[in-house]
Amino acid sequence: MSLPKVNVVIVGAGAGGGIVAKELATAGLSVVLLERGEWPRYDDHNDDELNSQRTPVLGNPFGPDDKRHRRVVVYNNGSTRVVLPSEGGYNNNAGCVGGGAVSYGAMAWRFMPQDFRLRSIYGEVKDSTLADWPISYDDLEPYYEKAEYELGVAGDYTNNPFCGPRKKPFPMPAFPYNKEALLIEKTATRMGLHPFPIPMLRNSVPYNGRPACIHMRSCVGFACPINAKAGSHNTVLPIAMATGHCEVRTGCVASEIVVDDRGRARSVRYFDAKNRGQEQPADLVVVSASATETARLLLNSKSKLFPNGAGNNNDWVGRNLQGHLYVGAAGFLEDEVYEEAGPGATLAICDFNHGIPGLIGGGALCNEFIPLPYLFTNMRPPGEPRWGKAHKDFQRRYYKRLVRLHGPVQEIPNFAARVSVDPTVKDAWGIPVCRLSGTRHPADFQQGDFLSKQAEAILKEMGATRVWRSGPSPTPSLSGGQHQAGTCRMGDDPKTSVTDRHGRIHQIDNLFVADGSLNVSNGGFNPALTIMALAYWVSHHIKAGWKGSQLR
Amino acid sequence: MITPVSRRAAMKWAAAGTFGLAAGIGTTAGLARWIRTEPAPYRFFSEAEARLLIPICEQIIPRDDTPGATDAGVIFYIDRQLSSVFQRHQPTYRLGLDAFRKTCLQVYKSPFEQLEFARQTEALRLIESNKAPKELWGDRSQSAFFNLVLDHTKQGFYGSPRHGGNRDYASYRMMGLAYPNLIGQNRYAAGRPI
Repeated sequence: MSLPKVNVVIVGAGAGGGIVAKELATAGLSVVLLERGEWPRYDDHNDDELNSQRTPVLGNPFGPDDKRHRRVVVYNNGSTRVVLPSEGGYNNNAGCVGGGAVSYGAMAWRFMPQDFRLRSIYGEVKDSTLADWPISYDDLEPYYEKAEYELGVAGDYTNNPFCGPRKKPFPMPAFPYNKEALLIEKTATRMGLHPFPIPMLRNSVPYNGRPACIHMRSCVGFACPINAKAGSHNTVLPIAMATGHCEVRTGCVASEIVVDDRGRARSVRYFDAKNRGQEQPADLVVVSASATETARLLLNSKSKLFPNGAGNNNDWVGRNLQGHLYVGAAGFLEDEVYEEAGPGATLAICDFNHGIPGLIGGGALCNEFIPLPYLFTNMRPPGEPRWGKAHKDFQRRYYKRLVRLHGPVQEIPNFAARVSVDPTVKDAWGIPVCRLSGTRHPADFQQGDFLSKQAEAILKEMGATRVWRSGPSPTPSLSGGQHQAGTCRMGDDPKTSVTDRHGRIHQIDNLFVADGSLNVSNGGFNPALTIMALAYWVSHHIKAGWKGSQLR
Repeated sequence: MITPVSRRAAMKWAAAGTFGLAAGIGTTAGLARWIRTEPAPYRFFSEAEARLLIPICEQIIPRDDTPGATDAGVIFYIDRQLSSVFQRHQPTYRLGLDAFRKTCLQVYKSPFEQLEFARQTEALRLIESNKAPKELWGDRSQSAFFNLVLDHTKQGFYGSPRHGGNRDYASYRMMGLAYPNLIGQNRYAAGRPI
C-alpha cells in the first residue's frame, strides 16, 4: 500500500542527504528521509577499540550489521567471495544517521582548483576515464563556504599557498600543532615545504551551540561524546526536523526507485524497521546513499525505459569506483612525542598534490591520528617480531615515540573499477547486493610510491630512526573504502556520465544524486567537505527549479 | 562432571519441564547439588582445550615485569567471542587445537603445557611457518590457525575490558595510558600545546 505523497524522498541520511533534507525542508518542501541505520548514540560504543570504525573486529559500531548485509568481491584472478560488512573487503563506510561523519577524523578539505581539471592539465591517460568536472572550483566555492559555516570548520590557510581562492576566512581558528607536528613543521619548513594546520569539521571553539573539542585519544573511528565533530546528524538535520515537515525514518532499507513509463521517478520502495514493504510516492527523489549503495539502488531500479537500471542506458552507473590509496612512512623519535590529546592529526603538507614532473596528480601528507594499542600492534618496521617478549618491549618502547606522515593519493578513474549488482547473492530483504570488481589504475602506484618516499625523506631529515615506508602494494587492489566516490559521475555529455552538472540523472528529470558518487575525480584529499558542498550545490539547483508544486 | 555443553542442554530441558529425567538427577538433594555448582568457566572451550590455549596465548604475550595474556584473561575474551560474534571461527579453533596437541606429542613427545618455555616457543614457530608434520594438519593451514590465535590474543590483551580480557586495564598500564579514558581535559592553551 502506498503512503501519502510528499514533495521529496531522500535515500540516505549521511553527509549529503542530511544537507539536502535541510535545504529543501527550510525552503518549504515536505521531505521524507529514509535511513537504513539508526541515530548513533555515544553510549552504545564509547571508547571501545574493538568496536571502532577503524578496527571493527567485533562488528561495525555504526552499521551496517553482519547479520543482514552482504557484498560480493571479485578478485584479480576472477574468483569471488561473499564478504561481511565488518570485513575489510566489504569497503564499508557506515550505516547510521550522519553516516561516515559520525566516526570520521573530520578533515575538512576543499579540493584544489586543479582537481576539477585533471584532463586539461594531464591530458589523456591510457586505460583511464580521466575527465574534467563539468563544474569548476569557482562554481563550488560558495557551497564549500556554506558547508564550512553551517557545519563548522576550524582552519587557517595562511601558510598554504596551494589552496584555491576563498572569499571568507574559516569560521573557527585552526587547532594548534601537537608535539609531533611541531617537530615536523620545523623540518618540513627547513626543507622548503609549506606545512599548515589541517582544516577540521571539529569545533576548536564553541560553535553553533556545540562545545569545543575535548581532545579524546579515541576520536577517529568513534562518535564524539560531546558532538564537537560535525556531521549532518548534529548540525543540519535538527534544523530540518524543526521545520515540522522533514520526517527521518530510520531502519528503512530502500530497494527500488519506481520509474514510470514516461521516465519519471514516482516513488521509492523500501522495507521499514519492521521489515514491512512500503512505497513512498514523491514529486522528486534524491539518492545519497554513498558511492556503492547509490549505484546499487539505481541498478536495482529497472523500468521500461531503463531496463538496466535508472540512468544506466549507457552503462556508466557504478563505473569509475574510486577511493584513496593511503601511503606514507613511519618511524620513531628518541624522545616521547605522544600526547594524551586526540585525535592527533594536526599538520598537512600540500606541496605534492600537483605539479610533480612525470606524475599524474599526487596527494596531501598529514601527520596521523593516534593509533590505539591494538591498532598499533600492526605498525611495525619490516622484520620486527610479531609476538613474544619482543612484541611487548616494542609496544612499551615505541608507542609514545611514533611519528607518522601519511596521505591519500589522487586516484585515476578507470572504467573497469566498478560496482555492479550480483546476479545471485541477496541481502536479508531479498535485494541483490553490491558486487565490487576491478582494480586501481597503475598511475596510482606511481603516485603512491613517490608520495611515500617524500614522507620517508621528511621523517629521516627530522632524525627519526627505523623509518619504514608504507608504500603501495605491488598487487593491484580494488578501490572504494570510506572515501568511496565516482560511481555516478556528473557531466555534460549523457553518453559519458550519469548525471548532469546539477546532479540530476540524465533523462529522469526528477531523480537526483547528492553524494560522493558525483565526483568525477576524488582529489588527493578526504572527500567529506566536497560531498557536503556538492549537496548544497545540488539542493540549490533543485530549489531553483521548484515551482510551488513541482519541478520544472 | 557436567560439561558446559551438557549443562546448557540440561537447562533447555529443564525449561521444557523434563529436567529431572534428562539430567538423570532424580532426587531433591541431587537437584540442590546441581544448582550449587559453580558456573563453568568457559562457554566454548573444553577444560582440556583451555589448558592448551592458555599457554599458547601466554607465549604470544608473556608475563615479565608486567602482566601477560594469562593475567589479563585473554582466554575469556576468546572464549566469549567464539560463542557469539566469532562463531565462524569455532572449527578453526577446535580442529587447530587438536592438530597442535598431536603435533607436540609427536614432535616433542610431550603435551605442550608440560614443555619448557623455550621449547614451547619453538613449537609455535613450527606452526607459524607451516613446518609441523603435514599428516596431522591435512588441508588446514597451520600458519592461518596461528595467525588467528595471534590476532585474537592481541585483541583480548589490548581491547576493552568489557569483552572479557585486558583485566584491570593491564595493557593500558603497561603502555602508560590513562584509563578510564580521560574525558574533558584540554591540554591546549593560548594556541600552543602545553
